[in-house]
Amino acid sequence: MTTSTSTALDTSTPAGPGHPGVPGPAAPSSRETLGGAGAGPDAPALRLEGLRIAYGHGGNAREVVHGVDLLLERGRTLALVGQSGSGKSTIAQAAGGLLPLSGHVTAGTIHVAGRDATAWTRSQWRSLRGTGVGYVPQDPLGSLDPLQTVGRQLGQALRLHTDATRATVAARAVELLEHVGIHDAARRLDAYPHELSGGQLQRVLIAIAIAGRPELLIADEPTSALDVTVQKRILDLLGELQRELGLAVLFITHDLALAAERSDALAVLNHGRLVDHGATRRVLAAPEDPYTRQLFADAPATSPDKYAERIEVLARRAGAGQDDAGARAGAAPDGSATGTGADAAVVVEGLVKHYGGAEGRPPAVDGVSFTLRRGSTHALVGESGSGKTTIARVVAGLEGFGAGRVVVDGRVLESRPQHANPYARQLQLVHQNPLAALDPKFSVRRSIEEPLRLHRTGPHAASDALRAGRVREVLERVALPAEVLDKRPRELSGGQRQRVAIARALVLAPDILVLDEPTSALDVTVQARVVELLFELREQQELSYLFITHDLSLVRQIADDVSVLERGRLVETGAVRRVFEDSGQAYTHRLIDSIPGRGAAAGQRKAQP
Amino acid sequence: MSAQTLPVTTSGRRSGTRIVLGDWVALAFLAVLLLAIAAPSWIAAYDPLEVSPGNTLLPPSPAHPFGTDYLGRDSLSRVVHGTGRTIGASLVAVSIGLGVGSLLGLVAAYFGRWVDAVVSRIVDVLLSIPGLLLSMVVVVALGFGTINAAIAVGIASVATFTRLMRSEVLTVRNLPFIEAAHHIGAGPGTVLFRHVLPNSYTAVLSMTALQFGSSILWIAALSFLGYGAPPPHPEWGLLVAEGREYIVSSPWLTLLPGLVIVLTVLSISRVAALVRSQQEALR
Repeated sequence: MTTSTSTALDTSTPAGPGHPGVPGPAAPSSRETLGGAGAGPDAPALRLEGLRIAYGHGGNAREVVHGVDLLLERGRTLALVGQSGSGKSTIAQAAGGLLPLSGHVTAGTIHVAGRDATAWTRSQWRSLRGTGVGYVPQDPLGSLDPLQTVGRQLGQALRLHTDATRATVAARAVELLEHVGIHDAARRLDAYPHELSGGQLQRVLIAIAIAGRPELLIADEPTSALDVTVQKRILDLLGELQRELGLAVLFITHDLALAAERSDALAVLNHGRLVDHGATRRVLAAPEDPYTRQLFADAPATSPDKYAERIEVLARRAGAGQDDAGARAGAAPDGSATGTGADAAVVVEGLVKHYGGAEGRPPAVDGVSFTLRRGSTHALVGESGSGKTTIARVVAGLEGFGAGRVVVDGRVLESRPQHANPYARQLQLVHQNPLAALDPKFSVRRSIEEPLRLHRTGPHAASDALRAGRVREVLERVALPAEVLDKRPRELSGGQRQRVAIARALVLAPDILVLDEPTSALDVTVQARVVELLFELREQQELSYLFITHDLSLVRQIADDVSVLERGRLVETGAVRRVFEDSGQAYTHRLIDSIPGRGAAAGQRKAQP
Repeated sequence: MSAQTLPVTTSGRRSGTRIVLGDWVALAFLAVLLLAIAAPSWIAAYDPLEVSPGNTLLPPSPAHPFGTDYLGRDSLSRVVHGTGRTIGASLVAVSIGLGVGSLLGLVAAYFGRWVDAVVSRIVDVLLSIPGLLLSMVVVVALGFGTINAAIAVGIASVATFTRLMRSEVLTVRNLPFIEAAHHIGAGPGTVLFRHVLPNSYTAVLSMTALQFGSSILWIAALSFLGYGAPPPHPEWGLLVAEGREYIVSSPWLTLLPGLVIVLTVLSISRVAALVRSQQEALR
């Protein structure tokens, strides 16, 4: 906090697509022209010096960025990595002149293309917007006007930032859309935002951002709302555009693996302070700060084998009988359907589910079969629209289904489930968003205790004292302090909330947990702790997890078996190792290839033998 | 951890937990009203029914702070003695509207389908009849009198409460935590009264405070038309109505009782907001 971290980011070494720049130890010393501040062609695209930003005024002011120095050369990519609350978006907004009114720079300077923009007013920024700085926001749908066609909004950017006239603007817009890889661009001009997919919208936003040929592009988590395969295509597009147009890109992300793969230089931010910075290669090979090392260890993409041994121990204990249990049982749903019901926690056969009774539309789930072996973790993987959440809801008894057979713990599910679930003791669902799934008026104590009150016959539910004891016991198992008992969900942090949700699911001691993307809203460090918790729980008692996720790197790290879904159909199902190393399916390969930071993971392993 | 390291998104508690001057004023005013209900003759110096032919239409003075009316009765005493009747009738009206209305709204929205269809159509019919006309029909059927007027006003306000409650419940019942409650095995009754109701009554409570004010006015209107309290008895609405004829020469006869009505309504809504924020802070 006392000294601002001084940096001279080495972004000057050449970096091609295939071979990121070699960190040159001599490079930083050659930058002595900082004082020049001329707007000449050699001025860096973005330079921040000792930047401090606070929100609020007077006594309420709270500083969130504590003296950050960054340097982004023209034509390079600088990735700014940090968790939520680290101040990375604030820095991005400041660099684009987009700070909200309550935020202001209290110290330091911002230079954009050599010009001091620290104290610029909104109208001064306007001259630079579009032509000097382009901004790609995080939420594509929320960033476009829903009542105007894509063509109009793109045309507006062209008219404002280029010399395009009324006559030429349409042709230029088509050209731009084609440039960002939108097929049938002439027709898409008349589409409204809601008619396009998330990936297409993000392409339109990129087209708008580059319409005025800026030199600096600020991309604030441009892909965090997108599926992995779409993410890869969008980032590939950004890379191409960067090379073509000579863009400097400030890439904001929480995903270290993604940053490692896509940047020349890397800056790691923690609580508004730079903790690690330098050429990406250098940071990967030898992270200076313990926080960076922690991030690498927590990101599933960069530490795929973290739980390998524990998975093996658990698999042996589950005693599926075979040496390579996963490969056989997972791939043979027929076998388990006929006889071995005893070692299957959940069996799904030929599941078909239509929504809204519309026969014309393709079903949300179309003939999916898989088996969750007792005491194992089975991951359902797919992109949005693949039907994975629908399957989880069917298995949990929240939704009916059209055809097929679902067996949970030996009980065949009815195709139209009861409103109130009488089988809560067998299986519990952990929702994706714990804040939404917990009653906002209930204290943590009431939320966890509620299942016990509803099922009074159980061993822990007979009396108030027994129930209170059980609540404390479960709370301890999810490693929460007793102080949280009287708090409301909104007073807890994201990780604590998910622990409360897990505690509520565990309090009836079910055998099976269905986890619907339980970590997708969490930072990687918090995610790592929740995953750790899930392993500990499995080690303490026999639990079977049906784990829904879109994150293949997480699957590789924690699951025994995996079922890959695409548009409601099962692509394949089998042991994780077999699917990852030896899949015959093109779709699976595409998903695996979209995992960011595969190179980074290799670099890490080399660096730490 | 210093304040500086807190993430940006951390927001403080609502500021409404502090009791400010305005709250004290509202509380004090309601205390005076309570006293006026419990022991009106402590506050009022005169008999509200005592006619004094020599002192008609006097302007406000230390002896008669609210002036006197066309029969020479002390206006302040009439306001004070009318408090119990007016507040009581409004309470009855609001309780009927709130109780019946919320229950109907809750049930309609939660069960949906035909239950919702039936309730909603009834509500539509009720809303299509002007409220005052509806109250008049009811009060004619029940017979004249303050309590009957209150019941009539209550019935006329049921539809508004039903509508509001229904829309609130419709929002809440699709939230994930309702589904989560079903998932852990809760039946419809438990979910309805433990989860849905506590999360949807906030707006309805605010509405109640507002409705309390309009009930006072409606009951006054019915009294004015002769359906409510019979004339010699003081009642706020009746006082305003009686003063209307002298509004040019003696405006205080209308304005001062009207001011009391306004202050009552404001104080009630202020205190209601205070109670709600205190509750939230306590939990």
